Amino acid sequence: MTNAALTTDEALFQFLLRLGDNTLILSHRVSEWCGHAPVIEEDIALANTALDLIGQTQFWLGLAGEVEGKGRSADQIAYLRDAWDFRNLLLVERPNGDFGKTLMRQFLFDAWQSLMLAKLMKSTNIRIAEIAEKASKEVAYHVERSADTVVGLGDGTPESHARMQTALDDLYPYVGEMFIGDAVDAALVKDGIAPDPASLRNDWDDLVGRVMAEATLTIPQKPFAHVGGKSGTHTEHLGYVLADMQFLQRAYPGAEW
Amino acid sequence: MYAQMVKTAGTGVKKPSEMTAQERDFQAKIDRNEKIEPKDWMPDDYRATLIRQIGQHAHSEIVGQLPEGNWITRAPTLERKAILLAKVQDEAGHGLYLYSACETLGVSRDELLDMLHQGKMKYSSIFNYPTLNWADIGAVGWLVDGAAIMNQVQLQKTSYGPYARAMVRICKEESFHQRQGYSIMMKMATGSKAQQAMAQDALNRLWFPSLMMFGPPDKDSVHSAQSMAWRIKINTNDELRQRFVDQTMPQMEYLGLTCPDPSVKWNEDKGGYDYTDPDWDEFFAVLRGNGPCNTERMAARVDAWDNGAWVRDGLMAHANKKAARVAAE
Repeated sequence: MTNAALTTDEALFQFLLRLGDNTLILSHRVSEWCGHAPVIEEDIALANTALDLIGQTQFWLGLAGEVEGKGRSADQIAYLRDAWDFRNLLLVERPNGDFGKTLMRQFLFDAWQSLMLAKLMKSTNIRIAEIAEKASKEVAYHVERSADTVVGLGDGTPESHARMQTALDDLYPYVGEMFIGDAVDAALVKDGIAPDPASLRNDWDDLVGRVMAEATLTIPQKPFAHVGGKSGTHTEHLGYVLADMQFLQRAYPGAEW
Repeated sequence: MYAQMVKTAGTGVKKPSEMTAQERDFQAKIDRNEKIEPKDWMPDDYRATLIRQIGQHAHSEIVGQLPEGNWITRAPTLERKAILLAKVQDEAGHGLYLYSACETLGVSRDELLDMLHQGKMKYSSIFNYPTLNWADIGAVGWLVDGAAIMNQVQLQKTSYGPYARAMVRICKEESFHQRQGYSIMMKMATGSKAQQAMAQDALNRLWFPSLMMFGPPDKDSVHSAQSMAWRIKINTNDELRQRFVDQTMPQMEYLGLTCPDPSVKWNEDKGGYDYTDPDWDEFFAVLRGNGPCNTERMAARVDAWDNGAWVRDGLMAHANKKAARVAAE
């Protein structure tokens, strides 16, 4: 798809898929923890986070279906696409790893999402602005919690520190993708619908820098970034996520649940 | 719910003449329907029995996350997924209130968990059965939560204040859980042939284990008399089981499903259903650890706890450092 061929509605549809697929896939990953967290309070917090993210998914993918104009519901978009049509960041499909890696992934994403939503609240598209406002209240809590946990574990015992440093080192190559714009982004920046992803980087670096400093963790100085998620080239992990998530809809087409 | 076969401490119900003055005052307070509060004097056996009962109840809520959590990633719609997440989150919350209620009796949450992990405390037998198809999530809400509510409604009137108050909140949430379960069953029972088959399969597997949730028949229930005198238990196992069958059969008929107990039948004279008891040998086998999922459930909980040790230690170390820094300022 070339820039010239992209209408605003096509770009908007792709952008809404990106937002909704991020929350859908991350929710799936977080919900895999159910019943297995280190303490009950964390079981509750993880389920709560996954629940918020599903709620946001319903809004973003619901709006995506409206913009697309082919009568697809949020469920049909979530459950009946294959991996190449998913537009989430590679970061959110990374396997959970240990609890520390799960919370590190959460923080890196929450920090970005909180900044993205703050910009989207000022979107010229009123529907987007409304969803962003609602979601930002939940995300304010998510980022506070994930930041606190990263600090607590980074500045905890030597073992917890080492695990959190490993988590940060492993996940950092998936950070860059959040800030790399493409034709979809450019089309929406032009109309004031969405921000240029690169414009979020400085604030993200400031926020993450403060938290990592308090957590006594070292941010890798490697600019390399894995990309592909935003345009549908995913890691091997996504296929398994979808095989799980879509099983009933695929096995019993057309059934109502 | 979720307290079965709770061994009542002590040697049985004492006659007033065998009681000390303190014990007589305590019993009189219970007989007047007054609540016992954490700082009040209570017999050691009352305390020990409550710890077993509330602890078992709390453990059941926590282990109970596992069979339902099994379907969260595979829930068939975004709405069903959201509802199931909310429900499982509630269960963990119930565990938290109940551990807190138990802590007022002088035992810590860590001690209770340690006893669970060592196999010295139990959780409800029902969670040792697997959830094999999506309708099981409906059946768990409808039958398992339905049975739990039957037991918990009466426990809102139990003599121990913190337990009774926890039950009031838990009951409200459980009735939402039961409704969501029934709503899944409605969809399945009125859906495609495959969905109807799933609903029937779930009912076939979970019916008798749900009846087991009330514990053994009264004639074999050796611990009831003292617990009832203390108002830790208000109704007998058989009374609650009967009430559950009476409530559930019309719902099952409405769904158009077939009860796996072929002898279940309305009895006009007693104003309730006649039904077949579950296989009590199977019940005792499950309690001894030989249910279909006992090993996996316990391993999942022990692993969660052991693998989470570094997290708890890390957060504790950080809290201590922070406190020390504040103190130094």
